[in-house]
Amino acid sequence: MREALLLFLIVVAGTGGELCVSRAMKTAGEVTDFRPAGLVRFVLRALRVSWMWLGVALMATAFFSLLGMLAIEAVTFVVPVTALSYAAGALGAKLFLRERISTQRWVGVFIVCVGVTLVWLSKQ
Amino acid sequence: MKSSGGVHLKTYFMLALIMLFAPLGNVLLGKGMKGVSGATSWQPSAMLGVARQVISSPFIWLGVASLLTFFVAYMVVLSWADYSYVQPASSFSYAVVAVLGYLLLGEVVTPLRAAGIAVICLGVFVVGRTSPRTTDPV
Repeated sequence: MREALLLFLIVVAGTGGELCVSRAMKTAGEVTDFRPAGLVRFVLRALRVSWMWLGVALMATAFFSLLGMLAIEAVTFVVPVTALSYAAGALGAKLFLRERISTQRWVGVFIVCVGVTLVWLSKQ
Repeated sequence: MKSSGGVHLKTYFMLALIMLFAPLGNVLLGKGMKGVSGATSWQPSAMLGVARQVISSPFIWLGVASLLTFFVAYMVVLSWADYSYVQPASSFSYAVVAVLGYLLLGEVVTPLRAAGIAVICLGVFVVGRTSPRTTDPV
């Protein structure tokens, strides 16, 4: 049960964080000035977008959940099951960012889910 | 993507770094967290103690450094190589983590788990072969 909760946090908070950062970066605009001062200005601009702060908070939650899961489960179990984030990412991109997901990508996501199921069953 | 020999060599080198440092980072984090006592408790006082142990663990810092190296290598290779080329190649990281977990941590990888990891690699490879652009070009 605890493993399932931590995996949920890793996948949902991690993917949610990436989606929030992605939305924030689209709001902040494209990087055109790659000089250090330009990059600093860009980071400060990105930090004014509230989606960025939410994204960073969610990604931090996912990282600490990963540490928590690594404390109680084998690395060879934890890392493969976090591949479930491909499914969460595809769903989130479709629902949250209104992206088009190709059939081939859904097939890949389905194969990943089958693999994650096998790895999860190997824990029993 | 450019097709000169130098660029190919550089790309393969960066992909090797990606496939090594991402799994190595996770293995080191795993090693560090296994040495933390009380990490299974959810009580606030216990979690404070856990946080102190985590911060003082050299394996955690090495793991974070490995993951940062992976991240930098990933960003750098994406500056000249296509995402649709890099992402499938990085799918092999899941196999590498199984090998490193077995060799460095002595973890048991059962045939079922190995099969699951192989299927995940295949799935991530298929996902990576799709177009990285999923919205209409501006």
